[in-house]
Amino acid sequence: MDPRRTARTVSDPKVRQVGFFTPAPPERSISDPPRFQDPIQPPSPSPTQVNDHSPSGNSLSPVMIPPAHHHSDNFLRTALQVTSPTKAFSYSAKTVTIPPENEDVASSFSPGRKVFSAKSPSSFPGVKASSVPASELTTVSVVNLPPGISEKAGGASVEVQNDRPVSAKTLKEKTSKAERRALQEAQRAAKAAAKAEGTKASSAASKVVTSANTKPSKAAKSSSQKNDGSQVAASEKKGGDRAPEKDRKKDAPHPRMQYDDKSRVEKAKKRAVVKQTEARNRVELFRHLPQYEHGTQLPDLETKFFELDPMHPAVYKVGLQYLSGDIRGGNARCIAMFQAFKEAIKDYSTPPEKTLIRDLTARISSYVSFLIECRPLSISMGNAIKFLKNRIAKLPLALSESEAKSTLMLDIDLFINEKIILSEKVIVKHAVTKIQDGDVLLTYGASSVVEMILLHAHELGKHFHVVVVDSRPKLEGQLLLRRLVRKGLSCTYTHVNAVSCIMQDVTRVFLGASSVLSNGTVYSRVGTACVAMVAHAFRVPVLVCCEAYKFHERVQLDSICFNELGNPDAISKVQGREEINYLDGLVNQENLQLLNLIYDATPSDYVSMIITDYGMIPPTSVPVIVREYRRDHLWS
Amino acid sequence: MWWRSASFILDRQQHQNRTVAPSPESFLLSSPPPMADSPLNPKSNISAYYQTRAAHHAVVTSDWLAQAQAAVGRHSDDDGSLGDDKGAAPIGGGGGGGEEEGSGKAFSVIDEFNSWRKQPALAEAVAAIRALAAVIRTSEATTMMELEIELKKASDSLKSWDTTSISLTAGCDLFMLYVTRTSALEYEDFNSAKSRLIERAEKFGEISCKARRIIAMLSQDFIFDGCTILVHGFSRVVLEVLKTAAENKKHFRVLCTEGRPDRTGLRFSNELAKLDVPVKLLIDSAVAYTMDEVDVVLFGADGVVESGGIINMMGTFQIALVAHSMNKPVYVAAESYKFARHYPLDQKDMSPARRPIDFGVPIPSKVEVETSARDYTPPQYLTLLFTDLGVLTPSVISDELIQLYL
Repeated sequence: MDPRRTARTVSDPKVRQVGFFTPAPPERSISDPPRFQDPIQPPSPSPTQVNDHSPSGNSLSPVMIPPAHHHSDNFLRTALQVTSPTKAFSYSAKTVTIPPENEDVASSFSPGRKVFSAKSPSSFPGVKASSVPASELTTVSVVNLPPGISEKAGGASVEVQNDRPVSAKTLKEKTSKAERRALQEAQRAAKAAAKAEGTKASSAASKVVTSANTKPSKAAKSSSQKNDGSQVAASEKKGGDRAPEKDRKKDAPHPRMQYDDKSRVEKAKKRAVVKQTEARNRVELFRHLPQYEHGTQLPDLETKFFELDPMHPAVYKVGLQYLSGDIRGGNARCIAMFQAFKEAIKDYSTPPEKTLIRDLTARISSYVSFLIECRPLSISMGNAIKFLKNRIAKLPLALSESEAKSTLMLDIDLFINEKIILSEKVIVKHAVTKIQDGDVLLTYGASSVVEMILLHAHELGKHFHVVVVDSRPKLEGQLLLRRLVRKGLSCTYTHVNAVSCIMQDVTRVFLGASSVLSNGTVYSRVGTACVAMVAHAFRVPVLVCCEAYKFHERVQLDSICFNELGNPDAISKVQGREEINYLDGLVNQENLQLLNLIYDATPSDYVSMIITDYGMIPPTSVPVIVREYRRDHLWS
Repeated sequence: MWWRSASFILDRQQHQNRTVAPSPESFLLSSPPPMADSPLNPKSNISAYYQTRAAHHAVVTSDWLAQAQAAVGRHSDDDGSLGDDKGAAPIGGGGGGGEEEGSGKAFSVIDEFNSWRKQPALAEAVAAIRALAAVIRTSEATTMMELEIELKKASDSLKSWDTTSISLTAGCDLFMLYVTRTSALEYEDFNSAKSRLIERAEKFGEISCKARRIIAMLSQDFIFDGCTILVHGFSRVVLEVLKTAAENKKHFRVLCTEGRPDRTGLRFSNELAKLDVPVKLLIDSAVAYTMDEVDVVLFGADGVVESGGIINMMGTFQIALVAHSMNKPVYVAAESYKFARHYPLDQKDMSPARRPIDFGVPIPSKVEVETSARDYTPPQYLTLLFTDLGVLTPSVISDELIQLYL
């Protein structure tokens, strides 16, 4: 729209590809298929690129067939396979929005389409008008580009067309069964996409695009996602396309719901119990995470109490407590969840003509999805749920219902006792050996284990000083500080801003963790990484205390791809101090994005030691614990 | 959990009693004598482990020689009486009771251990293993449980006898695990179970003895023709490695540090000279000066800790630091019975091991002397560890330990 923003797009470091789901940078999103989804072919350059290098096209091998789901390419091939120009034109009838200048630009660069989308923000005015036409453009027009306008435009698209038949021919000659199947799928998907066009356009229009980031790039981005999304939607619409969809799921299961995937979000919303309004201004890098307007959920949920028929009241209560933030901290949430499940299991009776194992698993799953809606699960809760589901699945069929229920309740109690309470005690026992007289211990936030360690060391009569480092907005450290001061420990309280000043007096840093991942990365309350890094810079040992049930075999390199977004209002407002609430009235401004992250990832280099129920281990040994004791955790 | 046994607490108490009045053994060990003119160096907290090392590997100084001469007669007596012990096997009530008298009449695991320890070629952990095997052999227990308790007592008393020795602790722990973790024990009658235990103990002792050979074989790939190796102090494993390399007709040069204060490096250079290996002596402070001509740094270790770092003779850490900053590989040769479940966070995070330091001149009482005998080298400064389990990176140590102990 205005040049200022366009300029920012260029400088925006969008190259950073995070995880496997963040939107690909716009210049890639269209011509390069996302690699991971491709079940059949190895990643190959898309035909257009190849053509530029070898215009004859003879070198095209079957390996270079674009993957099935990438329908812009498949579309082309479909059209060419049929080899009736009229059909191709019938598709291209929709190509309205491409101004001729675009073609010039495209032809001046070799990989035509790539350029087309990359340049689009700066070069065409028509697209920038609003995001909706832009998205249409990228999804539709690209597809139909070559047959339609090749004559008048020349350049890249002509090349494309020239080479097409060759590639198609080689294709026909050499197609294996799998490839042919891929082709078929592609055709179907293409048709479906064409059908879905109308619905999608409307959905795109309904979508509120208020991101402060540059519109064109955003539009391209969202459209690229929509590309994917529409395909998914299309294949779901058509019954016949279920199978490939399933295949793909098997190949690369989505680990989590991606909240930038429109169609999935829509579907999820339909299922959802809690109606949540999504926050409006979300930060670009964190679009895949759910963020809701705070305060919109609770009243809605309360009114629904009597409608929520399958929800057990105990689970419902816990969910509300998660939502309002009354229960927080990994262990507390996990225990609360398990207590609620225990209640639910106690009151459970198998419906007629159903088996307990299946029905109860489904029931638990529905509870879990309710809890997720209230607040995303922590990794520890995920592990605990995995444990419970495993226990249910492993129940002997011969057990009567009451026996099965009591076994499960016993299992839950055992898990809480052994994996949480006892292991905390063991951790305390280990950690206390590392506290000597005269130490200055620093801790960040409020970790229940660290608190127990400090109190226990105090009980043992060790003389040490505690520095509690805290941060806005939660100020959990004050809670810890209160308990410590009451017990008579000598404490210093400071905010994380001052951590570099205080660190030189510190001899040990004790940190809690939400999870430890298998590359040794510590996933914890946001700010932990900062404290750990400062400690490392001052050569102060960093001890992370974490129960082994919170270990996870995932590997995470940054805190972007998996995280939780908190209420943005919490950082924009300071309660009780009206005079410094400068952001009042600006919150819904579209060029303001508020980012309130809940967790961050500390690389293992900054961690000296992880104290867990199995003793004190270096962060490099986390995978050993995960490997050796997963059996213990899940099937013991 | 072994460290929770009641006997451990009992033994610690006894140990505390003993530190007040040093037991006769500590005199027999013929360590370099405490300096008469030094007001420091309280005898009670001298590390027995480092005394033994000094006795075995240090260069003989004239005043020490005189002391040693005086002690020799008593040594042979002692050996004889201990031999009697083994033969006749008058059995005491495990280690706990035996060590109190220290008279040598009753069987004492400590005495047994000390008699084994006197052999310079025998590592402390192996000596402990042999001593514990002797406990099983001489035990009069009639049930498995009784035997196990007795064994545990003996190992606890051994461990508390010298808390500064990491390999002793680790050797005892590993032995206990190795011996008692046999499922077959439950199904047999007591006598065959006991003989099986003895068998296992013997086997474990053998394995431990072989460890050095295995390490020497494994490490040959890392010593290439024309390389210069820097060694620090006296290590039997390192000597074995270099000996094997010399036997394999490899051409290499060795730089030996002096290894103050007990000057074990001098002894080491002697041994190497006997093998016709070109060797050059450095004073400890010349390490950085010569580091650029060094290709490989090779250490032994007193203990390998859970972080993958090593605890070794004082000076190891600074050599490793220099080598690391000059990008020289640092290798450590250590037997697996030295793997210990310790995790020091920094240098001061260990139980202190003291030893007397002879400065040659009287030190005024106002001057403090750092008498620590060992330091901790963090894993990031080590390249590889040669162990009898294979050539390992530091991070694998913890994995091995987890698998051994849990």
